[in-house]
Amino acid sequence: MIDIKKIREQFPILQQKVNGKPLVYFDNGATSQKPEVVIDAIGNFYKTGNSNIHRGVHTLSRLATEQFEQSRKTIATHFHIKNEQQIIFTSGTTDSINKVAQGLAKHHLKSGDEIILSTYEHHSNILPWQLWAQKNGGVLKVIPLLEDNSLDYVAFENLFSEKTKLVAITHVSNTLGLITNLQKIKELTQKYNVPFLLDGAQSAPHMRIDLNQIEPDFFVCSAHKMYGPTGAGILYLSEKWLGTLPLASTGGGTIKTVTFEKTEYAEGALRFEPGTPHIAGAIGFATAIKFMDEVGMNHLYEHESYLVNHAQKALKQIREVELYGANDHKAGVISFNVKGQHPFDVGTLLDKYGIAVRTGHHCTQPLMQCLGVQGTVRISFAVYNTIEEVDFFIEKLKKVITMLQ
Amino acid sequence: MKIEDVEKEILEEFEFFGDDWEAKYEHLIDLGKSLPLIEAQFKTEENIIQGCQSRVWLNSELKDGKMIFTADSDAIITKGMVALMIRVLSGQKPEDIVNAKMDFVDKIGLKEHLSPTRANGLVSMINRMKKEAILNIEK
Repeated sequence: MIDIKKIREQFPILQQKVNGKPLVYFDNGATSQKPEVVIDAIGNFYKTGNSNIHRGVHTLSRLATEQFEQSRKTIATHFHIKNEQQIIFTSGTTDSINKVAQGLAKHHLKSGDEIILSTYEHHSNILPWQLWAQKNGGVLKVIPLLEDNSLDYVAFENLFSEKTKLVAITHVSNTLGLITNLQKIKELTQKYNVPFLLDGAQSAPHMRIDLNQIEPDFFVCSAHKMYGPTGAGILYLSEKWLGTLPLASTGGGTIKTVTFEKTEYAEGALRFEPGTPHIAGAIGFATAIKFMDEVGMNHLYEHESYLVNHAQKALKQIREVELYGANDHKAGVISFNVKGQHPFDVGTLLDKYGIAVRTGHHCTQPLMQCLGVQGTVRISFAVYNTIEEVDFFIEKLKKVITMLQ
Repeated sequence: MKIEDVEKEILEEFEFFGDDWEAKYEHLIDLGKSLPLIEAQFKTEENIIQGCQSRVWLNSELKDGKMIFTADSDAIITKGMVALMIRVLSGQKPEDIVNAKMDFVDKIGLKEHLSPTRANGLVSMINRMKKEAILNIEK
C-alpha cells in the first residue's frame, strides 16, 4: 500500500484553500498537479543549468544536453523502449498527433484512403484527420459504441477495407474513463496490416504502459496530465516510422549538413525536433516520470481504481444520478449527470464547496451526441486523492441536488 | 423605476444573506425558476447566445420608447443571473441601458459569473442587450 499522506505533502498546491474550503481537486483529467520535485527540477534548470543544447562547446551547454538526453532515456525506459531515439519531444499530445497527420499526409495518405477512429476520440484526435480528409478527399470511419458504452469490436473489424491506411484510437476515453481493448486493436491492425496510433493522453497518467509489448506505430501523451509541466509531451515512433515519417516542420537542429541546394537531415529523434526545444519541460517531464515510477504504476492504478469503485458505488446509491459507462475496469475517470439538471449548475455549486470538477462536453462532442446529452459532470482522480475526499464530494453532491430541486 | 433604483433594491435583497453563499445561491435558483419564460416563438437560433456550456435565449423589442427583454437559459443558475439582468434592464430607455454599469453584480458577490472564463454566455448576453439598445437609439 502507498502512503497517501506522504504523497500529498509533496504537492504544495493541495495545501491551500479555495473559496475558504480545503481544495478537493478532481479535475486531473484536464491537468494534474505537480509535486515539489518537478517544480524544483524546472526551477533549478533555469537557476543553475540553463543553456542551449546540442551545439555549444561550453560546460553548461554540455551539461544541459546531457540532462535533456538523459530525460529522453528516462521516458523511454518508463515505456519499456530500448532505443530512446524513438521518443521525440513535442509540446504535447495535440502537437504529436498533428506531426503524425501532417507527416503521413505527405506520402502515405492518398485521396480516397480511409482512417478508422473511435466514438471516444477527443477533438484533438479527430480534427487533424478531418483536415486531411477534407483537403484530400479522405474518409473517416468511426467505431460505434455498444449498449454499455464499450467499443463495438465486431463493427470495428467490418470497417477495414483495402483503403484503410491508419487506425487512430484513444487508449482511455477522457470522458468515460473506459479502457479500449488493446489486444483486439493489435490483433486486427496486424491482421489487416494497418498502422495504428495510440493516444495515451488519458492512460499514461494512470497505468503501466509497455510499448514494446503493445507495438503501436505511434504513441502520444502529454506531460501535464502526468504530474509534469504544461507544454511538453512526446511522440513515440516505431523503428519503421523513425526513419520514414516525413517531417511536418523543419529548421535548426534537425540537420547534418545544409547548403542552399540541399540538406542532409540528422538521424533519430533530432530530425523531428526543429528549433530550440522545451528543455526545462523535458527535464520536468522526466522528473515527473521518476516520481510516478517511485510510487509504482501498479500501486497508482490500484489506488485510483479503489477511489473509482468507491465513488461509483456511492453515486449508484443516489437516485437522481445517472452514470455513463459505469464499469469496474476504468482509468480514474467518472462521468455523470444529475437527472433534470444542467451539469454547469452542478459544477458551479460543487466549486463553491472547494471541489474542482469538469463540466461540459470534454472536447468529445461526437461522444456526447452518441450519449444523447449536452454535457456531463466529470470527476477524475490522481494518486494524491483520498477516500475522505470522495466521501466529502458525495456528501456535498447530495446537498447540491437538494439545492437545485 | 430607474436602473440605479432597481440595482439598489437587488443589493438590499442580497445583503440580507450576508456571507451565507448557500442561501444566496438558493435565492438565485429561485429567481431562475420564477423568470417568465420567453415565448416559444422567440426561442430561435437567431436569439440564442452561445456560451460554451449553458445557453441563453434573449428576445428584445421596443415598446413606447422602452426596451422589453425576455429570456431563458437551460442552466438554472445562469437563468437566475439572467433574471437579475432583465429586472435591471427591461423596461428601461435604450440610452439608459447603454450607459448602465452593471457593477451591482460585483457588489452582490456574484462577479465570478461575469468573468470571461465562465462559459455561461452572460457577458455575451449583456453585450447583446446593449447592442440591441444602441440599434434602437439610432431608430
